[in-house]
Order: sequence, then structure tokens, then C-alpha cells
Amino acid sequence: MRTWLERQRYVVDFTLSSLARRKGKNLALLAVYALVVFSLASVLFFAHALRHESRAVLRDAPELLVQRVVAGRHDLLPQAWVATVAGIRGVSGARGRLWGYYFDPPSRANYTVMVPERFWGAKGQLVIGAGVARARGAAPGDQFPLKAADGTYLTLVVREVIPAESELVSADLLLVGEEDFRTLFDVAPGTFTDVAVSVRNAKEVQTVAGKVTRLLPSARPITRSEIVRTYDSILDWRSGLVVVVLAGALLAFVIVAWDKASGLSAEEKREIGILKAIGWETSDVLLMKVWEGAVVSLAAFAVGVLGAYAHVFLGDVALLAPVLRGWSTLYPAFRLVPSVDPYQVATLFFLTVVPYTVATVVPCWRAATIDPDSVMRT
Amino acid sequence: MIELRNVRKVFNEGRPDELTAVDGVSLAIAPRTVTVLRGPSGSGKTSLLSLIGAMARPTSGRIVVDGREITSLPERFLTDVRRRTFGFVFQQGNLVRGVTTLENVMLPAYPLGEPRPALLARARGLLEMLDLGHRLRSRAEWLSGGEAQRAAIARALVNAPKVIIADEPTAHLDTKLTREFMEIVARLKAEGKTIVIASHDPIVCDDPVVDRAVGMRDGRLDGDGA
Repeated sequence: MRTWLERQRYVVDFTLSSLARRKGKNLALLAVYALVVFSLASVLFFAHALRHESRAVLRDAPELLVQRVVAGRHDLLPQAWVATVAGIRGVSGARGRLWGYYFDPPSRANYTVMVPERFWGAKGQLVIGAGVARARGAAPGDQFPLKAADGTYLTLVVREVIPAESELVSADLLLVGEEDFRTLFDVAPGTFTDVAVSVRNAKEVQTVAGKVTRLLPSARPITRSEIVRTYDSILDWRSGLVVVVLAGALLAFVIVAWDKASGLSAEEKREIGILKAIGWETSDVLLMKVWEGAVVSLAAFAVGVLGAYAHVFLGDVALLAPVLRGWSTLYPAFRLVPSVDPYQVATLFFLTVVPYTVATVVPCWRAATIDPDSVMRT
Repeated sequence: MIELRNVRKVFNEGRPDELTAVDGVSLAIAPRTVTVLRGPSGSGKTSLLSLIGAMARPTSGRIVVDGREITSLPERFLTDVRRRTFGFVFQQGNLVRGVTTLENVMLPAYPLGEPRPALLARARGLLEMLDLGHRLRSRAEWLSGGEAQRAAIARALVNAPKVIIADEPTAHLDTKLTREFMEIVARLKAEGKTIVIASHDPIVCDDPVVDRAVGMRDGRLDGDGA
């Protein structure tokens, strides 16, 4: 065992000194390689972290939402629906919600307007998301005019700005009281946007949803798991799009790497001949080449992955944010909670390190099997 | 004792450019002697040397080293025999560029995986013995012709082989360095090494340390080699 370890150590030492001899070439390759890993890992990390974040946010969402559909479109529903849903067995609570979208011409952005439970009775005041505050230059105590459905202006006072920690979901939020909401959008009293339903037993959500459609045929129940799936597929789609774009870069790198790794220079061939002549076996030469491929690709992998981690979780994802983040004009500024999927890292590892190492070793096979006396004949 | 029995080496057999480099050579080399294979370029000296040193297999015939027939050994075993029995000094020195003299000397021992301190001490000792103690950290390409040749000798000795095989070792050396080389050969012989040299350099062939000079021409021995 000790002999085996010493042998590996000698070969690694020699490999490192070999790499150092062709410093410029290997550093350039390492840089390009690390950049490819960095780009791919950034997309994967960011998409995964966003997915993780959205799930964390949706964990507190109601198990079931009930909407009314008229002519295939979402419509307001009457107060009686809330009572009907609340009466279904297995439902622990049902609450009519008010929310909508408001297009703000000065900032040319869409805001999400909601009436949260704790804010139901408030009047003349509003709470705004950090993105809105930035877009309108508003601060607590400022007046905030909104154009109502009848063309008049409803002026509210900013009570607070939602802290940046929850900006992913709150950047474009306006929280107002019930009465102001109805005035703003001309929503008749006793009508709601949808019903948020709590179900005692999570396994019964589908059953409750079935009962809702039986009792209220024009209702559309939406379960939390369906929302999670929608978010997931949006993020998968977006990250898939970026990966496809990056695939071109990846392919270019594969060609460069293959060319570099497979084309042995005359100097390298001569070196292999010398090693064979002084007593190295074919397997020793191949071991050296395996280490050479592994050192380059592991270093590039480590640099790329750590760089991507810093880019996504410590930086503000400057390079990818415009593509992967933001679903309106207001881009939320937030820092993601570090969350890495080991399966994704392993996949990235097998897609980058393994092919490169193989590409380094295979062409050496022929060179390594030359007769050792070739050195004497040249 | 190294014994060659009716050994032939044919390159590109069966093709239009077929070449018989060694043609039916039988030769016995006694231990602790210096043997020189002498002959013009293309006479088959280098090919015969690589057969003796287990670097290549003969097309036909048998080679016996210390009573062991090595001709039919698989590559792994042949490499092992080569590594432990023979040390090689090549015409150009053939040091690996870009690495230090010390590492060049240690290279043949790497696959054996012996503890580093012992190997380091031995490699240093050899380089000091050959007056290269001050060049341990110098890269191979910075060495002069004579220094590179001595470093190659140190490399040939690092695995403590019984036999040293040298192919035209003085081809790039001047008279003074050639004489120095032969002094080293004398020292190695005194230590009990068997030395086989291919050379057409008269300084080498006529040196008193040489026990036997075997002439070669067209792949055959001039006269009786046995």
C-alpha cells in the first residue's frame, strides 16, 4: 500500500512539474474551462436557489385557492361562495381575498395590489414593496397618488416600505385597505377576487377541490402543489433556455479541449519515449496522463463551481439576473439563501471532468505503447 | 552473464521496406566486463544494444540474462527486468527538458514507489559522485554537453542496475570529456558493473578498460562473438 501511495505521489509530482513546464498553454486552457463550468454552474445554482426560494414562500400559501371563471376568464366571485366553501367538510377556514394589478404610468410598471388580512380595515394608507419605493422614489410618510377606475386620483400615505429580505415576492407589492381597494378598482362590496382555503388534512386537498367544483360548477380550484409546479416549470424553462445558449460555448470548448488534449506535441511524444526507455511501463505513462487530465479539470471545476457560488449567493448574479430573474418591469434586488443540489453538482462533474480526463488519456494510449527503443533509434 | 543465441531483428517484416538490422548474432557477455560494439553507422549496433537491454524483442533467437530467458516475457515483466537489471545512457543524453537534474535522475525509480528520502539521498549521492552536486536544481537544458552526459549516467545508475548500456555516449563530447567518460566507466567496472557500449569512437574502443571490442557490419558480427 505504501509503495502504491508513493508511486502515485511521484507520478503526481512529475505531472505537476510537467504542467508547470507548459504554463501559458495550461493556464489559458484552465481559464476557458473554468469559465464554462462557471457559466453552467451559475445557471444551475441560480435556478435551483430560486426554486428553493419560491417553495419556501409558497409553503405559507393556502392549500387551495378557489376562483370563479366566466367565459373562460377569471372573474370576481360573490360573498356567498366563501360561505359555501367554508361549509365543506374538511375545510378549516375560507377567506375571501382581494388582489389585482395596477399599471403605473410614471414608472411604466405593473404593481400587484393586495389587501392582506392584517390590513383589511386600514384606510388612506398603504405599504409598498422595495421595488415600488425605488421606482417612485417614495418613502414612509410620502403621499402616493393612484389613478382610480373612475379617472379620479386616490391619494394614500405610505406607511412603510417592506424590508428587502422578502423582496423576491414583494418588490412590486402595494398593500392597501379593503375600502381603498374597492374604490381604486371599482370592485363592488361583497365581491372578492378569490377564496383562500385551509384544509385540515393535506391528503384531502384533492377531495375538497372536487367538492368545490361539484357545489360551484363555475369555480376553478387551484392547489398549492399546482402553483409550485408552475413556478418550477417557468424556472426550468428559463434555465433551460440559458443552458441551450451556453451549449454553443460548451461545444466550442469541447472542440478546443479535444484538440489540445488529443494532439500530442513532438516534445510530449519524445518525453513519453524517454520515460518508457528508462523503465516506465505503459500503465505508468497512462497514470501520469490521467493525473494530468484530472488536475486540470478538477482545478477548473473547483474554480468554476466556487466562482459560480460566489456569483450567485454572494454577488448579485449580475450576469444572469436579466434572463432568469424578474417577471415584470421591476427587478427585485435580493440575496438568495445558499442552496445547492448535490445531484446537479455531480451531474456537472460528470459532464465536464470525466470527458476531459478521457480525452487526455485516450490519445496517449498509442504514444504510450510505442517500443521503448524508439528513443534509441531517433 | 548475458547470452544471445542466433538473434535476428527485422523491421517492417514482409513489407517492401523490410530491413534486417541484426542478422543471426550469437554473443556472450561476461559479468563485470566492458564490451564495446564497434562498427559504422547502420551496422546494427544500436539495434543489438536495444535487444541486449530488453528494450525490444528479437524477431527470432533467444536472449538469456542471468540464466533467465527473457525473450518471451510479457511487457510488464520485461519492463521489470529492464528497470532492475539495466541502466541506459543514450546518445543525446535524452534528459527530460524543463525538470531539474535531480528529478531527471530520480525518474526511473518513480514507478517502483520506494520511500522518497532514500531515493533523494541516492540520487544526490550519484550526482555528487559525478561532480554534479552543484547542478541539482538546474534544469536539464541548462547543462553543458558533458554535464548532461554525466546526469544521464547518474540516471542510468539510480536503480542500481547490474548492467549499463550506453549507445554512442561520446558522440557529442570532445576528447577531454570522452576521456572523463571512460574514467567513469572504469570506476563503474571496478564497482562490479557490466558495461556494454556501442561506439565507433577510437578513444572508447582503444581504452585499456575495455575488455572486448566486437566488430559489427551489416547486422552481423565481424569474426566470432561467442
